[in-house]
Amino acid sequence: MTATAPAPAPSPDTKTDERLLKASPLKKLMGRPELGSVVGAIAVFVFFTVTADSFLQATSLATVLYAASTLGIMAVPVALLMIGGEFDLSAGVMVTTSALISSMFSYQMTANVWVGVLVSLLVTLAIGVFNGVMLTRTDPPSFIITLGTFLMLTGMNLGFTKLISGTVSTKSIADMEGFTSAKDVFASTITIGGVDFKITILWWLGLIAVATWILLRTRVGNWIFAVGGGEDAARAVGVPVAATKIGLYMGVAFGAWISGQHLLFSYDVVQSGEGVGNELIYIIAAVIGGCLITGGYGSAVGAAVGALIFGMVSKGIVFAEWNPDWFKFFLGVMLLLATLLNHWVRKRAEATK
Amino acid sequence: MARVQTGVRAVGAVLVAVLGVSLAGCSSTGGKRAEDARKAATAQGEAAVNTPNWTFGMVTHSGDGDTFWDIVQSGAKQAAVKDNIKFLYAHNAEAQQQAQLVDSYIDKKVDGIIVTLAKPAAMKGALARAKKAGIPVITVNSGSAESKEFGALTHIGQDETIAGEAVGEELNKRGKKKALCILHEQGNVGHEQRCEGAKKTFDGKMQNLYVTGTNMPDVQSSIEARLQSDKSIDSVVTLGAPFADTAVKAADSAGSKAEVATFDLNEKVAAGLKDGTLGFAVDQQPYLQGYEAVDLLWLYKYNDDVLGGGKPVLTGPQIVTKDQAAKLEEYAKRGTR
Repeated sequence: MTATAPAPAPSPDTKTDERLLKASPLKKLMGRPELGSVVGAIAVFVFFTVTADSFLQATSLATVLYAASTLGIMAVPVALLMIGGEFDLSAGVMVTTSALISSMFSYQMTANVWVGVLVSLLVTLAIGVFNGVMLTRTDPPSFIITLGTFLMLTGMNLGFTKLISGTVSTKSIADMEGFTSAKDVFASTITIGGVDFKITILWWLGLIAVATWILLRTRVGNWIFAVGGGEDAARAVGVPVAATKIGLYMGVAFGAWISGQHLLFSYDVVQSGEGVGNELIYIIAAVIGGCLITGGYGSAVGAAVGALIFGMVSKGIVFAEWNPDWFKFFLGVMLLLATLLNHWVRKRAEATK
Repeated sequence: MARVQTGVRAVGAVLVAVLGVSLAGCSSTGGKRAEDARKAATAQGEAAVNTPNWTFGMVTHSGDGDTFWDIVQSGAKQAAVKDNIKFLYAHNAEAQQQAQLVDSYIDKKVDGIIVTLAKPAAMKGALARAKKAGIPVITVNSGSAESKEFGALTHIGQDETIAGEAVGEELNKRGKKKALCILHEQGNVGHEQRCEGAKKTFDGKMQNLYVTGTNMPDVQSSIEARLQSDKSIDSVVTLGAPFADTAVKAADSAGSKAEVATFDLNEKVAAGLKDGTLGFAVDQQPYLQGYEAVDLLWLYKYNDDVLGGGKPVLTGPQIVTKDQAAKLEEYAKRGTR
């Protein structure tokens, strides 16, 4: 699409190539992958505003945003990976691994906390590289490869922590050098108008911005879509398939690192058994946000909105004072409705093209 | 076609007959009717006080569908009815999620919060926020060491180490020499403390065995394998009531004579105590934990009372054996033990 030349007004009698037709802004909007999830998010928001008294107050919304951001920090890179056509089942425990490495390295070496944080970044990225290299060098699907990583990390989290600390959780690093500044970066609270917002919300927004920029404005973004849409075709036109996939796994690892550091610095100690099962929630958020499970389609903003829906539902149920026995059921209904709505909007958008 | 219709008619007639018989021939024991009778017996009652209708929220680290927490809730609800309290409950096994649930209750401006500190560090911030918002907090079940430090009014629960020590002593009393401690959740600090406490007071030898609590066949086969490989083990201690029965089955199929004892109580454990398949159980009385938490919060709001003088209020351990089994079975059935 050329931005310089103004498009000729499409009149009924001039026959132009349909590929060159300039879509109206409304049609362009309808074609966006995240539109369905945005509509779903608005529906969920209105629903809880009506049914839960305290949902709409600023502090409650800050809590909802926090819940969404802790999920969204992972859902965004996971969505990119899914657009690239792959899964990562190790994403949930990788968060715990990252926090454990950072905490235990600092403690055992009596190092400045920041040293542990950087070591953790390197190791976590290395896990991402491991996933990516294993995938691109061997034949099994990413589902199996990362399932293996998931199991290994789960075991290593418990095993190493018990071996090194003697207990199942790490020792507190709150009194160590560098802790305060690291806490400021990863787990501080920003007060705006008397309402406390967690810094994870900023990290989340930052990740959304970067991921969207990569996807829509860079060559790498084209590679990601190409790799997810058709690997062989992408390879044939010279897209570096292996490098792109390894990069995507490193992106997930980077998200896991941020989440892990947040866990560590907000709670001082890390429980080694946590994180299992969260990987599915990340994937669900991405799917609600319009990512196709088969790859090649989706957006970072959509995944973020998916995380927001999840945050609103999980906390909205508490605000609405519903019986928690039904929690999962309500969650399921909400997610299904959001996804169906999403699907319907997309179908209509494609039909009107 | 006609034959099909007669066939349908015949099936219908049989169904009607079966239904009629089953209606006429009611079971005189058990079933829904017995449950309803029990429920009527434990009448829900009306508020015994005319204090404002305060709202108390409880957030636990329970997973979905955990029987133990049903009993805690039933205690809390009974106290809430009596104290004219609106009782809210939420739970999540993941520490961060649990803390966020507490945040939600603070946002809702509840009048009191009851919370478990299974993963204490994760809850520290949430408790600080509650304090800042002027909402009194009582910790229950786990976290006796951190409760006061985090600014809670008091802690209600069982000290896991003390409970473990009670088990060690009971094993000594029964002349046991070699015991297995079955941990069904890797990474649970309270579980480790229970086994360590037992190890401390037990004169014989005690070994830990980790099993996957979410996978019963795995629990059974692991215990079975261990008992088969070491015939000198004469007692098995499980850390949760649902695992006691499995341990008994494992001992049976392994041909081991090991006596099974367990932490916590349920209907099946009570029955096992009664018929002698279980040695003893250590009850931390979850009903009390829920009941007392609500009642003490009410006392604090109404009368500024605090129980325990800053020290944890212990709800256990109570060692229960065959002697109390009949009564316990009845109470377990109605969901209060």
